[in-house]
Parts: sequence; structure tokens; C-alpha cells
Amino acid sequence: MSFVTIDNIFQSYGPRPILERVSTSVDEGEFISIVGASGCGKSTFLRLLLAEEQPTRGEIRIDGNPPAREPGIERGVVFQRYSVFPHMTVMDNVLAAESFGTRFGFLPRKARKGARDRAMATLDRIGLAHAADLYPTALSGGMQQRLAIGQALTATPRILLLDEPFGALDPGTRLQMHDFLMELREETGMTVFMVTHDLDEGFKLGDRVLVFDKPRWDPTDPDIIGATITYDFDARNGGIPFQTIKEETHVLHPA
Amino acid sequence: MRLINQKPGRVLALFLAILPFLAVLLAYKMGSDARLAVNPSDKLLPAISTIVDTAERLFTQPDRRSGRILLWHDTAISLQRLALGTGIAALGGLAFGLAIGLLPHARSTLSGFVSVASMVPPLAILPILFIVFGLGETSKVMLIVIGIMPFLIRDLSQRVLDIPHEQIIKAQTLGASTGVIALRVALPQLMPNLIQSVRLSLGPAWLFLIAAEAIASDLGLGYRIFLVRRYLAMDVILTYVIWITLLAFVIDWALKQTARKAFPWSGEAL
Repeated sequence: MSFVTIDNIFQSYGPRPILERVSTSVDEGEFISIVGASGCGKSTFLRLLLAEEQPTRGEIRIDGNPPAREPGIERGVVFQRYSVFPHMTVMDNVLAAESFGTRFGFLPRKARKGARDRAMATLDRIGLAHAADLYPTALSGGMQQRLAIGQALTATPRILLLDEPFGALDPGTRLQMHDFLMELREETGMTVFMVTHDLDEGFKLGDRVLVFDKPRWDPTDPDIIGATITYDFDARNGGIPFQTIKEETHVLHPA
Repeated sequence: MRLINQKPGRVLALFLAILPFLAVLLAYKMGSDARLAVNPSDKLLPAISTIVDTAERLFTQPDRRSGRILLWHDTAISLQRLALGTGIAALGGLAFGLAIGLLPHARSTLSGFVSVASMVPPLAILPILFIVFGLGETSKVMLIVIGIMPFLIRDLSQRVLDIPHEQIIKAQTLGASTGVIALRVALPQLMPNLIQSVRLSLGPAWLFLIAAEAIASDLGLGYRIFLVRRYLAMDVILTYVIWITLLAFVIDWALKQTARKAFPWSGEAL
């Protein structure tokens, strides 16, 4: 049973089609990497998944629910930048995942203690417990993204959307973030969509890699054709699934 | 070494900062001395010692007719008008700025109107204010409000629009309603900008205050200046001008410190 159903999506801005005939389905717990050249509509696709925009045609359903008309708690998101609130401390940023759902955005006094304990546990988990009282500007880029991911996961969304989350990080930090994300995924079994333009990253982290591109190229008017999913790779086992030898080969391995 | 790379040391920097003040003082003293040498009873440029004497009298001695120290009463009533005017304008600016910045319907309705309204010269409608609100406190406070609120609304709504869209989306994915986004995301990030904008509009606010007091009032710093102008009392006028400047400077400094203390996350941009 597919968890996220994307059914024949078209999206155009004015006369210019961006996406055409995008259909796929995703199982619960799958990690989907989305790659493609700049301007091929992968960010548009993410905005549609986020329900920030409505598709011109077609619909996206999560767990069979009616298509969303605006972003909500079903979806969690981490952008490349500006994903945490600069005017709140690290602790308050995590607490926001609980307090923003209330009527006025503040937790009632009774609930505050428990929420702080849970937030502290989250901060411990993402390695930011020592920075609980700092403001995000005092954090490094990697720490800010960890905070953003922790904040998004605290709200327990059905799907997590990542828009080039590690695009602004240096290579070493990026590798650490990969490990961090893999561990979190093991723990939560979250369904993740990640837009990236780093192919290695896409194949390393994803179970599937969706490639967005134009299926045809009109030489007289290249903009007349929108992009769609041109490849849907199975990226498990380093991109070569089903290649492992199943039977006993009785070859002696040196100890 | 290029001029753009030559930096003054600490002592020199301090001296350079004081230099223009000294220059103005010196120029005034030379002009005053020259005029007083020709005519000892000259009123246009009184000696600095005369101004100091006058200032001492104004700050400490009660008025002979009313028995009150007028300068303090003038100051109190002027500051009250200024605080009311800028306070109301700030609240209005905040409310309308948030609405225009966050709500597309409010933006479509109001942003055009506010840009046109901000072009109306406030002093030109001062007579209307006097006719409508009478000569009392209301018209003076209203002049300040009308004078600076359009600027505050435009500035603050733009600041709301400058909040990265990602943050607004993120807040929605955490379940925030429009009200919560306004209260917990937009408003706190707007507060440092509010203080900054109020600091910028205090100059015009003083202008409108003094203009209103000069035309119709019986107490106030602006009223006093324009009253004693009839007697060519330059010593009183200069004392008041220096006093107003000092007040404006202290208010500006206090707002700056408040912003720095209250919003540590906003950085050194202020």
C-alpha cells in the first residue's frame, strides 16, 4: 500500500509548463532523493509536496487523505537556510514545535515542564544540549541544520521534506550530517523526500533516486515542454540492488 | 598610504569628535564678542556667560507671575505630547504593518492607500486638525501621529515582507495559525525594527510637535521659543534649543540601548 501518492501532476506558471505528467508512489519509510539539473522543476515538485503551491492538474495524497491546500503539521520541512527562528533560543526553537500548535503560540504553564524535558532530550539527541540557551546566530551552519531537523521531527510529521539541506555546508560537516540523518532515520522510520544536486549524496542517503528532466527537447522552443521523472533508480545497496550473491559459494575467505 | 586606510588612534579620534563642537562654540564666541564690542546691549548674539546665567535662571527660578518653574512644565507637557504621539503612531504602525505584511487581502486593500496618504504634507493639514480637534492636546498629538505613522506603516510592513518566506512556511508546518505566526514569528522579529524606525521618526516628531506648539498652545518647549522670539530673547531661545537637542539625544540613546539589551539576537545591525 503506497503511503504518498502523486497522481499525474502538471504545474505551469502562466503559459510556461514546469512539470508534466509526474506520477509516482512512495511507501511509508522510504527515503526519496530528488536530483536534476537547475531549473528542472525539482524545487517546484518539493513546493507541491509541501502544499505551498497547488498543482495545475493532478493531486498529491498522503496516506489517502484529501490533498492539502496549505502547509500543515503533516509535513515537516528543512530548507537550505532560514529554517530556524533567529529570535528564539535553541531551546525555544525546539519548543516551538509544540507551542506553535496552541491557540496563542504559548504553552500553558502546566505543560511547560514536560515540554522542556522532552525538548532537552531532543537537544541531547541532536548534540545541541550545551547550546540550549544560545541564539541560532551563535551556531555553526551544521549545528543550525541539526537544530532545524530536530525541530521538524519534534512536530512528528508524516513526511519530512528536505530542500538541499546540506547545500551550504562544508564537505566535512556534510559527511557528519549524512551520518546524523541516517541514524535519525533508523530511529524514526520517517518517510523523507530530499532535493539535492549532489548525486553522490542522493545515492548514498536515498532508497530511491528520482531524476527530474525534460523527456523531450524542442529545439525551437525549449520552454514548451515541462520536466517529469525520467529515471527512478533503486539506490539501495549503493545503487546496485539485487546484485548480491544469494547462494553459498563455499569459497574460503582468509580469516 | 592611501587616505582611506589611515585611521586615527583613540586619543586623536576623541579629539576629532570634539573638534566640530569646539569650532561652533569658538565661532559663536568670536561673533558674539565682535558684536558686543560695538554694542554692549546687543541681543542677537549674547555672550556665552549670559546664556549660562539665563539657563541657570530658567532651570532653577520660578516664574514671578505663576510661581512655577516654566522650563520644567514646558518640558513635561512637550514630552507627554511627544510620547503620546509617537506611542500611538508606533502601535498603529505595528498593527497595520503586521496586517499588510502578513495578509494578502490587507495588503491589496491598504498598501496603495498608505503610499498615497504618506505623500500628504502633515503640516498642510494642521489647520484641519485644529478645526476638527480644537486647539487642545488632541490636535497636537494627532499631528505627530499623522506625521509619522505612514512612514512607520510602510517601513514595518516592508520589514515583515523581508522575513524569509522559509520561516513562515516552517511555522505553518509546526501547526501555527495566522495569529500565532503574527505573535510568535513576525512580531518579535519586528520589535528591533520598530525601535529603529521610531528612532528615525523622532526627528520629524519633534518638528511636528514644535510646529503645533508654536501655532496654538499655552505651554510647551516650542510655544516658549516662539513666545520669547518677540522680545529677541536669544539667550532663552538658545537655552531651549540646546535643552531640546539634549532631550532628543538622550531619548535616541536610550532607545538604542533598549534595543541592544532587549533583542540580543538582532546583532550589531542597530
